[in-house]
Amino acid sequence: MSEESPTLRIDFLLDTEYQYAVGQYGMRFFTGLRDHARFMGVRCPECGRVYIPPRPVCGICYRELQEWIEVGPEGTIVGWTVVRIPFIDPMTGEQRPVPYGFALIRLDGASTSLYHFLDEADERKIRVGQRVRAIFREKREGSLRDVLYFHLLEG
Amino acid sequence: MRRVAIIGAAQTRFEARKASLAYNELVYGVVRELLDRTGISMREIESMVTASQDAYDGKTISSMAINEVVGAYLKSEAKVAADGLQALLYGAARILSGEFDLTLVVAHCKESEGQPSAITGLMFDPFLQRPLGLEELIAAALQARRYCRRRGVRPEDVAFVAAKAHCQALKNPYAQRAGAFTVEDVLASPILADPIHELEAAPRSDGACAVLLASEWRACQLTDRPVYIVGIGNCTDAYWTERDLAEARALQEAARRAYAMAGISDPAREIDVVELSARYAHEELMAIEALGLHTSPVEFITQDRAPFINPSGGPLCGNPPTVSGLVRVVEAYWQLRGEAGERQVLGARTALAHGAGGICGQNQTVVILRRA
Repeated sequence: MSEESPTLRIDFLLDTEYQYAVGQYGMRFFTGLRDHARFMGVRCPECGRVYIPPRPVCGICYRELQEWIEVGPEGTIVGWTVVRIPFIDPMTGEQRPVPYGFALIRLDGASTSLYHFLDEADERKIRVGQRVRAIFREKREGSLRDVLYFHLLEG
Repeated sequence: MRRVAIIGAAQTRFEARKASLAYNELVYGVVRELLDRTGISMREIESMVTASQDAYDGKTISSMAINEVVGAYLKSEAKVAADGLQALLYGAARILSGEFDLTLVVAHCKESEGQPSAITGLMFDPFLQRPLGLEELIAAALQARRYCRRRGVRPEDVAFVAAKAHCQALKNPYAQRAGAFTVEDVLASPILADPIHELEAAPRSDGACAVLLASEWRACQLTDRPVYIVGIGNCTDAYWTERDLAEARALQEAARRAYAMAGISDPAREIDVVELSARYAHEELMAIEALGLHTSPVEFITQDRAPFINPSGGPLCGNPPTVSGLVRVVEAYWQLRGEAGERQVLGARTALAHGAGGICGQNQTVVILRRA
């Protein structure tokens, strides 16, 4: 077939909704954010790793996790990027203003990383190993939106 | 030839909505129960096969969200995005390869979290079928109509299947829907898509189940009552609009292969318990015929003959998609071990577990289990 020949296409709109149960561990994590502006993790009784988000079992030791522990709100950048492609914000449905900074953050006391925004989009000012602090919303609802972004600390 | 044994099984209760559990918690619960029941530690289990579907989980590569709760960190895990009984076949192949001695097979689904009509609609051809709006139930109604007409099956006969299933489920603590329903009750339930009534269709369900497979020598170390997989058959038919929906050729062929492997020549005499994945009541009648249990399925069900069909109540009493075929094995395992509680079929020695997938059962699996 020649490339110039007109082609037909079938359009199909898939507009589907999911309602994920956050679960018992998720309830404790998200209500911690909402009610106390606190990140709650769980510690493995065997290897001592602290998991955030909290979960029922340590993947490495397969021990049930029941010891709750607060982590953060300060932490360290383990990886970062500045995004310059247009991106629809799934929490608002609107296009996010570019550029914006994104980082993987190891909260103090945690063994796993949290992915969130930075309040800085200048590549010259961000570095791996830099200290950051979570900035919470005044009115919180029990979701990741309760954290506005992480603020770069001096030094 | 090497043999594959089942040495543990667990399932959750089936419910319309497990609102308090995230799906990793749902899966952890059932794996934990299996480990507690068998006394086997996760460290000993070398490989995992999981069954889940991205569209239901609302997440691609859905198995990666449950890898830690199935104990798969730094182990070999593979996912089957199809009926859970196919995951069992995959797990059995892993044991037969000689590479692994213990393989965990887990299936989960939370139908309550997505929109099941939209999700089952994605099974259909996007050019000629999906634009009209179609879901699994509608295809099943077209099949029920054709099958009943061809075989002279009356609405009361199909309703009897549903009534019987719900009565049997009264003895199953894991059932989502049970009741001492009569044929009249079934026929008085709302019509979903004519001729299928609400009580003749599997409900939407959340749930999970798990099965532990072992090589024969490992099974003998870990239990004195293993159950062996002695026959396996799997077969795929043509797309639903390209075959006679009144026939179940793929199931006939899957059964033929499984019977040949198990050395079964007279299934009605040699099998004690049958667990069928009949998600619609008419499918149970079709399966009785295709499995060679009786030439007149209506006569069979009304005469209370052996083998016993769906002591659990079957999918009409709770049916998380994907979990459906694997939980048939869980029930069969308990029956063969004499651990099926009030629904125990006395002296059960050989069981058949059936799984189906695709539109109007395009893909069919039959597994024969026997206690040592």
